[in-house]
Amino acid sequence: MGIKWNEIFVGGDPLLVGSQIAIVLTVVAIVVGLTYFKKWGWLWREWLTTVDHKKIGIMYILSGVLMFFRGGIDGLLMKAQTARPEMNFLDAQHYNEIFTTHGVIMILFMAMPFLIGLMNVVVPLQIGARDVAFPQLNALSFWLFFSGAMLFNISFVVGGSPDAGWTSYFPLAGKEFSPGIGNNYYAIALQIAGLGTLMTGINFIVTILKMRAPGMTLMKMPMFTWTTLITSIIIVAAFPIFTVALALMTFDRLYGTHFFTLSSGGSDMLWANLFWLWGHPEVYIVILPAFGIFSEVIATFSRKTLFGYTSMVVSIVGIAFLSMIVWVHHFYTMDAGPAVNSFFSITTMLIAVPTGVKIFNWLFTMRKGRIQFTTAMLWALAFVPNFVIGGVTGVMLAMAAADYQYHNTLFLVAHFHYVLIPGVVFAVFAGLYYWWPKMFGFMLNEKLGKYHFWLFVIGFNVTFMPMFFLGLKGAVRRAYTYSAESGFAPLFLVSAIGSIILAIGFAVFCYNIYWSFRYAKRNVSHDPWDARTLEWMTASPVQFYNFAVVPEVKQLDAFWHMKKRGETLTLKESDIKKIHMPSNSGLPFYMAVVFGITGFFLVFEAHIAAAVAAIGIVIGLVIRSFDYNDGYYVSVDEIKRTERTWRNVEGGTENHVG
Amino acid sequence: MKRLFALVIAGLLPLLGGCEMVVFQPQGPAARSITELINWSIWWMLLVVVVVFALFAYIVWKYRDRPERQGEEPPEEHGSTVLEIVWTVIPILIVIALTIPTVRTLYDLEKPPKGYENEKPLVIHVTSADWKWIFSYPEQNIETVNYVNIPANRLVLFKMTSASTMQSFWVPALAGQKYTMNKMETELYVVADRPGSYEGRNTNFNGRGYAHMQFEVLAQTPQEFEKWVQEVKQTAPKLTKEKYEQLLLPTHLGRLTFVDTHLQWVNHADPHSKTYTNPELYRGHGYQGKIFIREDNYKNSSTCNDEEQKALESDSGGEHHGH
Ligand code: HEM
Ligand SMILES: [Cu+2]
Ligand SMILES: [Cu+2]
Repeated sequence: MGIKWNEIFVGGDPLLVGSQIAIVLTVVAIVVGLTYFKKWGWLWREWLTTVDHKKIGIMYILSGVLMFFRGGIDGLLMKAQTARPEMNFLDAQHYNEIFTTHGVIMILFMAMPFLIGLMNVVVPLQIGARDVAFPQLNALSFWLFFSGAMLFNISFVVGGSPDAGWTSYFPLAGKEFSPGIGNNYYAIALQIAGLGTLMTGINFIVTILKMRAPGMTLMKMPMFTWTTLITSIIIVAAFPIFTVALALMTFDRLYGTHFFTLSSGGSDMLWANLFWLWGHPEVYIVILPAFGIFSEVIATFSRKTLFGYTSMVVSIVGIAFLSMIVWVHHFYTMDAGPAVNSFFSITTMLIAVPTGVKIFNWLFTMRKGRIQFTTAMLWALAFVPNFVIGGVTGVMLAMAAADYQYHNTLFLVAHFHYVLIPGVVFAVFAGLYYWWPKMFGFMLNEKLGKYHFWLFVIGFNVTFMPMFFLGLKGAVRRAYTYSAESGFAPLFLVSAIGSIILAIGFAVFCYNIYWSFRYAKRNVSHDPWDARTLEWMTASPVQFYNFAVVPEVKQLDAFWHMKKRGETLTLKESDIKKIHMPSNSGLPFYMAVVFGITGFFLVFEAHIAAAVAAIGIVIGLVIRSFDYNDGYYVSVDEIKRTERTWRNVEGGTENHVG
Repeated sequence: MKRLFALVIAGLLPLLGGCEMVVFQPQGPAARSITELINWSIWWMLLVVVVVFALFAYIVWKYRDRPERQGEEPPEEHGSTVLEIVWTVIPILIVIALTIPTVRTLYDLEKPPKGYENEKPLVIHVTSADWKWIFSYPEQNIETVNYVNIPANRLVLFKMTSASTMQSFWVPALAGQKYTMNKMETELYVVADRPGSYEGRNTNFNGRGYAHMQFEVLAQTPQEFEKWVQEVKQTAPKLTKEKYEQLLLPTHLGRLTFVDTHLQWVNHADPHSKTYTNPELYRGHGYQGKIFIREDNYKNSSTCNDEEQKALESDSGGEHHGH
């Protein structure tokens, strides 16, 4: 049954063979390294089976860095190919595969894990909880995401990559026009990763609604927690649509149904609607947590509380609501009629209103503040003007009649990079520089951080600003080349140069991680930024049970006011009680493996093998339902010992031990 | 600092100025109304950018941390209802200012432009295929590939559909774009102000041949156009059904001209028309999956009730694949 194993590797191209060799060498190096240093046990106990939200968060972030690397290489390859007219560096097929994997990876496997990673690390700490509501489910979320991401990533060397764009429009993505298995990867891998995301959404809704520290009412929650809550709600509302769309896609491609085909009454427009019904909210799923990060960073480094907290909350809720009723703006040109297009133009432009409110609130948070130019704050500052450019061009695109001239051009590509890079990537960098000491107990180097910052921001603008003008000159997206007579060449060249600067910036960031890991000072305080929210109240790196005693919250910016009252580091030994914690489990990792294998067989249309592998999934579910292990207790002694390593118990002074 | 800025601007100008931005050089009423809308929006957006940037620069500069501010404690300040209302209402007003002309333009674009309302349009059927554009003139009984001649100053109605995937018909100098979809028809009114050659292309990605899926719109004087029609009628070969089916295979073609149109055999806009797909011709590199046979495919003779078609299929059967 099934797979022609000798044909699964995509061969021929030196670029691909090079990558295949590199992948094999890396895997060998990792296996040898782990064996040599006898780290297998450590890897299994500390990471693969962990249910600790902080470690899961770190694994998400690590995946994000890795995927940014992959997606960034894709971006650079595209920029190299279009640097000069009529280049033959990549052929059409390769270019098509690369922008497809770039788009999917950047949004689903870079932006999402970065943000979900930060949510994982920070949110339970911000609300004074010991973990998320369902720790094992959280691990399952991560491992399913990781399984989907890896399955998607091997496509370019095993079997061929999807090549129908990140939107995977039908009928192009169907068997009638794409008979290779590349687009099966899209349907299957995103389904597996999407399941994980959906579980994350549910998990965080419950966590935030049920596990806040005593006294923390909804309107006393830190802004990042608020945005996480709303994001999770959007996830739960929107991802099932994608689940269904991908399932129908799978039926179409694997079993010959005709939901979206040209023939037998399929409807391409149905796919476009389903895709964007999920796709637009998805954009806000990545942008809202980013807004939350900026809110925290700006308040901390302006040394003021957030301006207009209530209107901030109302704005997020408003944006979330509007994000569900704007999807048609992605295909105004489908000719749904002027009434429909007018409606969606208005809803889309209205999003600018709450977004504008947020921008002004951030500006007025800084007003009268004392603005400290830490690297984290620099990212937040750069966000404002760059995002405004993304925003105003978004409004221009929202005007349906005008969109008839922008649609599918590089103007659009420039716009969404101006939203996604300042909105998401800057936020992720701000969040990493800001929370790094909380995660690891040492800071990222601020000086390298500033090199990283300037190179990245300048490179970003040089790369994407020319694309606005290219679009207005008539250059379309997704075209692997253009003629010399078109007059596009100079701007394309500038843009390619910009992308090199951008890449150097990212390289500095990677070097910064390495440098800081090796050399940074280890004895940073638990509150190095003099910050405002509860996560800074506990040790850095955070002890596995988070808080020895759950703090009591009296107002917004709870930790800030506790510091004012001088009540933070004093801990009465008598208050310490034993703590209940969840046990590690290997089941989520096991599920990821069987999901990955099942997915792989499905991609290669080996139905019987997939069915056999799917039995493994059922076995996992059965094992889970007979799992009566409901955790363990941390003894008072152990808590006391841990707490003494970083603070003075019983009314000591506030000096922190490293 | 200022001089540096001026230098940068001076360096950038040739990059931008040297190039024509087609969206700002409309050559017909439809494109012109969109350009006007775009210009209107740009002024408002510039206003937003200037206000926010200025406020941003002022605040960041004025309230930056300096050594002498060490230890200073910024005031507690939770918000200001008045200010928050101000920056809610002003954006709403801007949205209204943009909505009104947008809606008006949207409705206008569906109709013939001003001054042409009572004119009988020249109807041209547009069929997008992989990877070429096919234009049929039912009145003139002519079919062209990858170029379309139109009389200038005359109302043209494009009735658009696709023989393959969803594609988008865009002639930026003359009008905004619209999708072409199989078994569906979309319509676009176009007028060219004066004779000239305008570039058109597909903007909706449709696979390997997408980048080169361009065509020329040549607007001629009515006399030239008439002359061209007569010339074609005398010199161009006749379009046969077999030839037409060959045209639809996934290929790049140069310009072609025929007498007769394919509309006599199939109009792809018709919801009950046959499906013209050839999955086996799309096999590229990588691992190949299963292809499903459809009964409404044009090659499937089992549902074919037309005697003549059957005969045609049988004696040209092998040829379809040799490309
Ligand atoms: C790191 C630097 C980046 C570079 C150099 C870059 C470059 C590009 C280029 C050249 C394209 C294709 C243009 C075309 O249509 O031909 C593209 C498309 C795209 N990019 Fe990026 N990009 C970068 C970062 C990002 C990030 C951070 C995101 C998202 C968070 C992103 C999301 C996308 C998406 C969704 C597409 C559309 C893919 C498609 O057409 O299917 N990119 N990018
Ligand atoms: Cu959208
Ligand atoms: Cu349609």
